[in-house]
This record gives sequence, structure tokens and C-alpha cells, in this order.
Amino acid sequence: MAIPAAARAYICGAVLCAAVCALPAVRHAAEVPWTAVLLLAGLYAACEMPARCRYLGNSVPVGAGSFFPVLLAGAFVLPPAAATLVALPGALLGRVDQPPAGIRRIWRAAQLALATWGAAQTYLLLAGERTLRAPDFPYALLPAAAGALVFCLVLTALDGGILATAEQLPVRTAWRGLLLRSLAPHCVHGLAGLMMAVLWRSPYGPLSALLVLLPMYISCWIFAQYHRERAAHQATIRALVQAVDIKDKYTRGHSERVGRASVLIARELSMDEGRLELLRFAGILHDVGKLGVPTRVLRKDGPLTPQERRVIELHPEYGHDMVRGIGFLGEARAAILHHHERLDGSGYPYGLVGRQIPEFARVVAVADAFDAMTSTRSYRRARPVAAALEELKRCAGSQFDPQMVRALVRALERHGWETAVTSDEAGAGAGSGAAGRGVSGNVPPQPGQARVTVPRRDTGTPGGRG
Amino acid sequence: MTRSPGTLGRLVRAAAALLTGSALAGTLWQGVDQPWNALAFGAFIAVGELARWGAQPGEREPAPLGAAGALAYALLGECAGRPTTHGVLQVVAVVVAAALAGAVPHVARGSGPALDHVARRVLTVGFAAVCFQPLYNSGELKRWVGHGAYYALFLLLVLVLTALCDAVLGAAMLHARTLPHGAKRMGGTPVPYGPLLRDEIGALLGIGSAVCATGAVMALAVAVAGLWALPVFCVPLLLAQLSFRRYAAVRTTYRQTIASLARATEIAGYTQPGHARRVAALSTAVGRELGLSGPDLTVLEYAALMHDIGQLSLVDPVPEGATATLPAAEQRRIALLGGAVVRQTGVPAAVAVVVEMQADPYREQPLPARIVRAVNAYDDLAGGSGGTAGGALSALERLRLGTGRDYQPEVVESLARVLARGGLTPVPPG
Repeated sequence: MAIPAAARAYICGAVLCAAVCALPAVRHAAEVPWTAVLLLAGLYAACEMPARCRYLGNSVPVGAGSFFPVLLAGAFVLPPAAATLVALPGALLGRVDQPPAGIRRIWRAAQLALATWGAAQTYLLLAGERTLRAPDFPYALLPAAAGALVFCLVLTALDGGILATAEQLPVRTAWRGLLLRSLAPHCVHGLAGLMMAVLWRSPYGPLSALLVLLPMYISCWIFAQYHRERAAHQATIRALVQAVDIKDKYTRGHSERVGRASVLIARELSMDEGRLELLRFAGILHDVGKLGVPTRVLRKDGPLTPQERRVIELHPEYGHDMVRGIGFLGEARAAILHHHERLDGSGYPYGLVGRQIPEFARVVAVADAFDAMTSTRSYRRARPVAAALEELKRCAGSQFDPQMVRALVRALERHGWETAVTSDEAGAGAGSGAAGRGVSGNVPPQPGQARVTVPRRDTGTPGGRG
Repeated sequence: MTRSPGTLGRLVRAAAALLTGSALAGTLWQGVDQPWNALAFGAFIAVGELARWGAQPGEREPAPLGAAGALAYALLGECAGRPTTHGVLQVVAVVVAAALAGAVPHVARGSGPALDHVARRVLTVGFAAVCFQPLYNSGELKRWVGHGAYYALFLLLVLVLTALCDAVLGAAMLHARTLPHGAKRMGGTPVPYGPLLRDEIGALLGIGSAVCATGAVMALAVAVAGLWALPVFCVPLLLAQLSFRRYAAVRTTYRQTIASLARATEIAGYTQPGHARRVAALSTAVGRELGLSGPDLTVLEYAALMHDIGQLSLVDPVPEGATATLPAAEQRRIALLGGAVVRQTGVPAAVAVVVEMQADPYREQPLPARIVRAVNAYDDLAGGSGGTAGGALSALERLRLGTGRDYQPEVVESLARVLARGGLTPVPPG
């Protein structure tokens, strides 16, 4: 990857500044407490090393920045010029996720050195040194908080700068959210740094300061485990869906797309993030009950007998029964049970009317029908997005909630839609031209009692962007 | 599942009650030394106990702040440079009083702390205080280790001993609880002690070590900086607790999702209702009996839950869902199909291996697969939840006849022991 000249100049500037900050430590070497510098620098390097080790690195995926308390403790117990040196070995030896590794390491060393120097200067200005010798709480909190704040400010300012020069992001987007996101963690780092500094200067010495790191390290470690477990959980949800795909090959990808369309609708209705996520799961899992339908019936190519149709119509209840035990799904479970209800009460399983149908179910019903119409099934070709929307509008009020249909139309105008249909399939199919009582993604049309209503207008571009 | 605490459990409770009683009596008799310290630590522990609100069911230590505060008070030698004078009895009295005060809202809501938990806390803190306070108050400690880095090391040593003592105690209480009252006379044997202890010690590396480190840090920091150190120095532990809680929550959800995936075969009519759940519960019990613990048990549980998932790929269900009676080649084919599904779920790869190898002869299988195979066959043969005692016995008999090739004899005997114990043992949170 080529590095833009501006970014090179920027990094060189940062390195020069860091060198200038560290210069007094070399010129007045006799006044620097070298033991403390070496101990802290070695500690920081030792903390960063496990992430580099291939085997440990995978089992202990502690993110960068977990050990800032060491740097801040250095800023609090050392003179600014000496504190600048603490970050260097750790930053130069630590793990780098992407190439080019060398320049990234140098950049990180310069960045951390400058931030530590800033924190140390602030601490010195606010006479923090005095509060350490005879710990004077709560005043001691003030210089420490200010030091942590400056540390955070310098880091985010430099980060934004490198984003702007190397990735050529506009300056405003580069900085947006950076500071707010990192403020709270840095305050905690500052507090831990202060604790380390207090104990470091106490008669109990550096060893007791080490103990402060243990809870910090464990919480970072557990946090990383949490992320891993969450990813595994999402894989399991996908596996549930893939298990449906094993049985019903025609609907591959349908679940993910319904999840996506449901989220689009929900964004238009300005739901909060938590419910949005639930709705995504509701969309993804809405057909999970098909696992309960015999594979022979699902894969049947010909017309279904009324009895087979009744068996298929049990799938919302099967699905609800399956996910009953998953506590976090909450409202999404109702969506799985009721996504085939219709506003006029002619749906299944309970024939609920209007507002009796849960909000999530009304969203998923629209998303489900939309994706069913715009994707190719064994028994018919996909329809263009515009035609599908027309059909949804026609059925709004009787089958679908008009509010949800409008939201989908608005969302598609804004974001567009990508169906799974590839271009070579486009326009190849002949329309079934069936007329019936509504739209459904699950049941193939019957002669004389078909589900797809609008006569096909094959424009040659089924799918594509809407 | 409520079971009697067992003789040992009752002994532990009696010891804790005795210690508490004498501590309260002694403190009332002599009065409270340095009441401000006692009050500050008491308030801190009580607030820490409040954090039990919203604890996840699988959490090892629902109130880590309370535990750390109690340990810090037990190991407190100075406050802002002035030596403290409180003794063992006062430590125990303050900790008990604070724990009770912190439990008031929970009791009001109808969910008090478990008696065993309080007993364990009292004995552990008592142990730490006995190790430290008499030595410190008599001045011996100062003569031995001075007042510098060695002092901190000594505190650390006491904490390590305390943590080990706590683990031994916890495992012993669980061990005693796994055997129903009177079952010993009928020839029952409790769950082996080793794996339980290994689980407890494994948990020490997690939140346990954070609690101990924070206890030591707070004791030292209060010595240097006074009582202000209490609220400041607990922040990292608070953070750790939040992380643990989120982790426990996502683990619970994960387990539920896997159980749902496992139920898919039941709803599809491929297997008997409750089969996956029963096989998972029995397999974990047998695994514990055979010395598995920690992550190994999790792998076993997940594999047992999902062992039949391969049947989803069959176009027509196996009659009654009982794979144990199918020809071996067909069993193996279903197992391989199941492994392919399991590999997509994000569970450790070991789980998929167990599912894939569940139908192989036992000499070629890893231990978890041997367990799943035997337990699955037992559940199929015994007729699941509707089975009779006679059905269970004849199923075990048929497993014993199959120990030449299909089922490992040790696994079948462990299964028989678990069943003789009255089925399933309570599984400690992991």
C-alpha cells in the first residue's frame, strides 16, 4: 500500500515533535530516575507482547489501549521528558494488524509518546506531583483527570490527522465521534493510572502498583471473550437459518434479505437501536418454523393438496415453539408467530385484525412479501422492484399495514435494493399470470387459487436496484 | 433443584453461624474500635452487596465489590498512616452486618442471598482476618517483614491462601449437595470431588483473582491515602464486574439458541420431545463423573444438544427418531451430515468432531463422543421421558451387552452410577 506524501510528512512531524519532547531526558540524563523509566517501559512492553505471540494472541485477544494505565502512571510519577520514553519499547514491539507494519509501529510510538508527554505536562502544571507525595484526596483526582483528558485529546487529534492525511477522509468525518467514544475509557485509564502512581510512590513500591493492572486486564480479557462469544452466537443464529435452507433450497438467502428489509422499514419508523437489532433477528428467523414442515412437502414441485397447505401453514407456530426458549428475542418471537396475519383478519394462525397484530409482525410481513416477489422461486420468476412495490401498495390496508408499506417505499427510494437475482437470469422467465387473493412467499401458486396477483409485466430487469 | 446441603454443608453452616455469633457478641462486649473505619468499610460492602441486582444465573461471584471490600477490611493494617486496632471478631461482625444490610432490598423482593453463599463469605473473610490481624496487631508482622514491599507480598500470600481455602470450601459444599439425603445408604456415591475443585480453582483465574487483587490494592491504598481510596480504587473491579455480567448474559443467550437449534429436530418430528435436552443433561452428569470440567464440559454439552441435527438433512424421518437402532453405516452418515451443520454454528470445532464421530466404535472415539453415544443410545432404548423403570434397566442391560465394540464399559458404568443417584446432579455455574 502506497502511503501518501502528506501522511509521510505528518508522521515525520509527529516523530520530530516526540524527539523534541524527549530531548531534555537525554541532555539532563543525570536527573532522570532511570530505574523507574526502565521498569515502566519494560512493564508496558511486557503487557503488549502477549498479543503478538501467535498462540496466545488468539486466545487472549485484548485490544490495543488496554494498558494505557501504565503510560498514565508513567506520566504521573516521571518528569515529562522521561515519561515520553515509557511508551516507546511497547509501541515498537507491539502487534500490528495490517501492513505496512514498520511505519505503523513508528507512528504509534510517536503518537503515544506525544500523548504521554502532554499528560505529564498537564499533571505538572496542576501540581499533581505534590498530591502524590502525601496523597491528598480528593484533590489528587483533579490533576489526574486533567492528565487523562489531555492524553485522550492528543490521541484523538493525532488519530483524526492521520485519517485525514493517509485515508484522505474529510477532516470533519475523520474526527466525528472519535473523542466522544474514547472519553469514558480514558477517564477510567486515568483513574487506574493514578492508583498505580499512588502505590508506586508509597512505601509498598512498584510491586503493589502491578496489582492495579490485574482487574483492568481481566475486564479487557473478558470483554474480548464477550465479543467472541457474541460472534459465535450470531453464527448459531445463521446456522438455524441455514438449517432451513437444507430443507427448502428455493428460499436460500431469503431470510437474510427479509432481515435487511425489516431493518430498512424500522429505520424509517425511527425505532431505537435495540429494537432494530431485535427486528433484524425477527426477519432472519421468521421462517425458522419451516424446520418443522416435512421436507417432502417443502420440496414438492407440483400443486399442493389442501392438507399439505395446512401443514405448511403451521410453520409460524412451529417457529414460535422453537425460539420460545431464547430469552433475548422478546418481541421478535411474536413477529415469528404472527408474520402471516393480515390486517383484514384473513391470515393465519390466529386471524388477528389490524392493531391486534404486533408491530414487529406487520413489519416482517411486508418485508417477507416484498422479498418473495422480487426473488426467483421454483414456480415463478422474480418481479422488478417497482412492480413489487405497486403490488404491496395495492394490498396495503387489506393485507399489509399501509404505514409499513410507505416506510419501505421511502427506504428503497433512499437506499435502493439488491436482490439475489443475477443478470443472466433476468428476463428469461415466462410469467405465470395467475390471479389470486394476495401475496405470500411460502406457498407455490395453485391453478385457480394462486397467491401472486399482478399479471407479470416482464420488463427484462427483475431485481436490480430499485 | 433443591437438595439438602448434606452433612458437610450443615457443618459449614454451623461453623459460620458459630463464628458470626461469637463475633457479634465479642464486638458488642468490647465496643467497636475506630468506628469510622468500620462504618466506611461496612457501607462500602453493603453497597457492593446491592450489586446482586440483576445478576445473571451463571455468575460465579455476583457481588465482587462486597467480597473485595470485606477482604480489604480483613487485611487493613493502617489508615492514612495511622495503625488500626480492630481484631478478627470485629472484621467478621462488620462484614456480616454489612452483608445483611445490603441484603435487605433483596429479601424485601423475596430473593435473599443463598445461605451457603453467606456462610462461605463469613468463613473466607474470617480465615483472611485470622491470618493477618493477630500477627499485625501484636507487632510481630512488622518485625518479620517490615513495612515495605515485603508487606505487600505478605498480603498477597494471605490472599492466595484465602482464595484456595475458598475454592476448597466451595467445592466441598457442592460435593456434599450432589448426594440426596439418605442416598448413601442405598449405595449411591457422590460426584467425584476432583473436577468440582478444578472448576472452582479455574474460576479463581477469572473474577476471583480480580477480587483478590482489588482487596489487596484497597487495603494498601487506604493505608496510604485514607478512606477516600475506597470509592476511587474500586472502579476497575466495577468495570470487570460489568464485563463479566455482559459475558454471562451473552453466554446464556448462546446456550438458549443452541438449545433451540437442538429442538428443531423435535419439532420437525425427527426425534422424541425433550430428547436433546435429556441427552445433554445426562451427558454432562456422566462427563463430570468421569472427571471432565470447565470448557470440556461445555463442548460435551453442546455436542450432546446438537447430536441429532444431521437428521434435518433426511427427507423422511427415522421411525421414532431412534438412531441407535439404525444400521451402523446409516448412523455414521447422519453423524457426518450433523457435523457439517454444527461447523457452521460458531461453536468450538471440537463440538463438530464429537458430533461427527458419535457413531464410530468407541475405541476410535474421543471421550465426549463415547459419552454422547452411550447416553443417546440409553435415551433411545429406555423410551425417553415416557420410559418405565423396567425400560431403564433393560436399556442399561443392552448397553452393557454392547460394551464389546460400541460403548465404553467405564462410560456405561458411570451412567449407571449417575442414574442410581436419582438422575441428574446440579451443575455448578461455569
